[in-house]
Amino acid sequence: MLRYTLKRLLSLFLSLAVASLVIFFVIEVAPGDPASFMLGINAQPDTVAALRAELGLDVPKWQRYLDWVGGMLAGDFGTSYTYRTPVADMIGERLWVSLPLALYALTLSTLIAFPAGIYAASRRGKPGDIAVMGATQLGVAIPNFWFAMMLVLVFAINLHWFSAGGFAGWDAGLWAGMRSLTLPAISLALPQAAILARVMRSSLLDILGEDFMRTARAKGLSRRQALWRHGVRNALIPVLTIIGLQFSFLLAGSIIIEQVFYLPGLGRLVFQSISSRDLIVVESVVMLLVFSVITVNFIVDLAYALVDPRLRSRT
Amino acid sequence: MIRTSKLAFASAIAVAAGLGSAQAQGDITVAMQLEPPHLDPTSAAAGAIDSVVYANIFEGLTRFMGDGSIVPGLAESWEISDDGLVYTFKLQEGVTFHDGTTMDAEDVKFSLDRARAEDSVNAQKALFEGISDVSVVDPLTVKVTLAEPNGLFLFNMAWGDAVIVAPESIEDIKTNPVGTGAFKFVNWVQGDRIDIEKNPEYWGTPARLDKATFKFISDPTAAFAAVMAEDVDVFTGFPAPENLPQFEADPRFQVLVGSTEGETILSTNNKQPPFDNIKVREALAHAIDRQAIIDGAMFGYGTPIGTHFAPHHPAYVDLTGQSAHDPDKARALLAEAGFPDGFETTLHLPPPSYARRGGEIIAAQLAEVGITAEITNVEWAQWLETVFKGKNFGLTIVSHTEPMDIGIYARPDYYFQYDNPAFQELMATLNSTTDPEQRTKLLQQAQTIIADDYVNGYLFQLAALSVAKAGVQGLWANAPTQATDLTAVSWAE
Repeated sequence: MLRYTLKRLLSLFLSLAVASLVIFFVIEVAPGDPASFMLGINAQPDTVAALRAELGLDVPKWQRYLDWVGGMLAGDFGTSYTYRTPVADMIGERLWVSLPLALYALTLSTLIAFPAGIYAASRRGKPGDIAVMGATQLGVAIPNFWFAMMLVLVFAINLHWFSAGGFAGWDAGLWAGMRSLTLPAISLALPQAAILARVMRSSLLDILGEDFMRTARAKGLSRRQALWRHGVRNALIPVLTIIGLQFSFLLAGSIIIEQVFYLPGLGRLVFQSISSRDLIVVESVVMLLVFSVITVNFIVDLAYALVDPRLRSRT
Repeated sequence: MIRTSKLAFASAIAVAAGLGSAQAQGDITVAMQLEPPHLDPTSAAAGAIDSVVYANIFEGLTRFMGDGSIVPGLAESWEISDDGLVYTFKLQEGVTFHDGTTMDAEDVKFSLDRARAEDSVNAQKALFEGISDVSVVDPLTVKVTLAEPNGLFLFNMAWGDAVIVAPESIEDIKTNPVGTGAFKFVNWVQGDRIDIEKNPEYWGTPARLDKATFKFISDPTAAFAAVMAEDVDVFTGFPAPENLPQFEADPRFQVLVGSTEGETILSTNNKQPPFDNIKVREALAHAIDRQAIIDGAMFGYGTPIGTHFAPHHPAYVDLTGQSAHDPDKARALLAEAGFPDGFETTLHLPPPSYARRGGEIIAAQLAEVGITAEITNVEWAQWLETVFKGKNFGLTIVSHTEPMDIGIYARPDYYFQYDNPAFQELMATLNSTTDPEQRTKLLQQAQTIIADDYVNGYLFQLAALSVAKAGVQGLWANAPTQATDLTAVSWAE
């Protein structure tokens, strides 16, 4: 287990180093100067030069790269060009929206997908299975932003149960905060739940055909006992992989949903920073997302080893 | 000598406020599309900054009113020397900044000197260039000396980039703006909202609202939903004009359609062949059907223009007839210029819908006379880099939102690269002319020259579109500068 963990750790660090290089240079190479963007079309060249100097944009690229990486290692993400506040604070604030939203959506999607997938697998080919599979097909096909708009139309504009967007803030209380995240979480969760339910079902069906399941039944377990004790546990590996991927996706990929509900989350921060050429914010947030995706994968790898003892001795 | 009095200011406020009734509700939520990057109007071009802080938090020596007129702000009155070089401003008495410190002549000197300093990062530094000296006469009197007479000086001092700031609070101005306005800054949840509240110590007519919240909703669909769900009370610069008829028909809402300073033009690279040929530019002008663009891209909101000037300005000349839609004439002119089969060019479109939607229509209209315009969609940062700085473009569509900016045609290195010494001389004369009648005449001449030279394709004046709940009164319908002046806003009973 120790060797396995060390090996995973090494690959984690290598991936991070490569990612930082790619992110920095891809973003810096794209055209657009933050200083001239901020000063607009009436600014004079000397004003732009003064601002470039103030922002530290006049030093060579490689040096800025080293400063950036060095700063991150020391926990300092630098200062935003446009907002002029520390990037770490900005990210921290946005995480208070994005992280709960991702967890909320993931919880919803798991709560929907597990029962649906297990139910469908245990009723293979019967009307219940067909109904669940039909529903998931629909869930996979519907784009989440469209679904979000429909939710707004029904629950915000017509019924006035929720507001159409915005975030009440955790200061307003846990309930108020959860309430403003409910519609976004549902619109993020449903398509994910549909995918997860399908994975759960097919993975469970594979397991149900295995010899050890027959053995379990033969030693006197009921169908239900065999399903829960041996089936579900063994079917979890692919499901865990998908959950790990989904969590990363929910954290990084909720840009559109955050736009639709104008939530002050990470996705919106990236979106705004890209359009205002706030390079350092884009770089740092993307790096953070890469870090979280790689870390989640690392944790999922470790979780495999826990679920499946064979992996611990292998490699 | 010109003198203005307190009375004029007070009556202007009263008119703007309407003879409103007593306050029924004390707070308001105002939504807009773009979030300001920070809150210092004196060090960035972003109009979103002024949309929040102008008049509400920060004030200048003079200020814009909703109708575009200039009235005294922190300067109670002023005297101009006979040669037009020395402005002596008498400041309002008893003005304090939100942090309790007094606003006096030293602060005015500090603000103006900071804006025109060598290392200044003021996006409109040109506004201050003519100033040769600022001196404090006594705590309530400032003397500003100009290098040459400038007929626009009082107008320039009304810009958001010329507001008065204090040396004590300048350090944190970007996140904690301290001004003299009728509202105080309270809180900014970045990405979400900015809260301001009534300043009880305000020197002038106090605000009628107790609190205001600015929200930032960039997505047009989300904007529509937010207004419909009544999450916001006002949406200024409403991004989905196609939904306005729905609000107009709904008694819960009112729609305000006004004018802006945004001349939307088909900018043409005057140095790039074939656009260096005036015949080609003239052909371009006749190939365009303005009304079709206004109807198709802006759902009918916008006023056709024939030159680079705001139609609501008293000095405006209607020159639209000179470039009427006439494809046959366009084709004939192209043939005359040596392009009987047309030519190919590029059309760079920045993100706003006037450009993206309008661009598609213009490309189709150009195709009709044989010009193939290859469309490239660009982000603003990229537009600034390739089009504005690099001048690497044939055509582009931009709304020039700065007020009274016909002077850009006198800058040969400006991105559309129009170089006409006669025009440059005319602008120099205009700058040193203070007599209003003479100025009007010169401005009209200037409009005619650029229309005659077909410098750019003049499309339409951008409309200011706002949606508000029916009970909100005192909002600006027009946008003489980017601002959401809430000082006179209140709720009807």
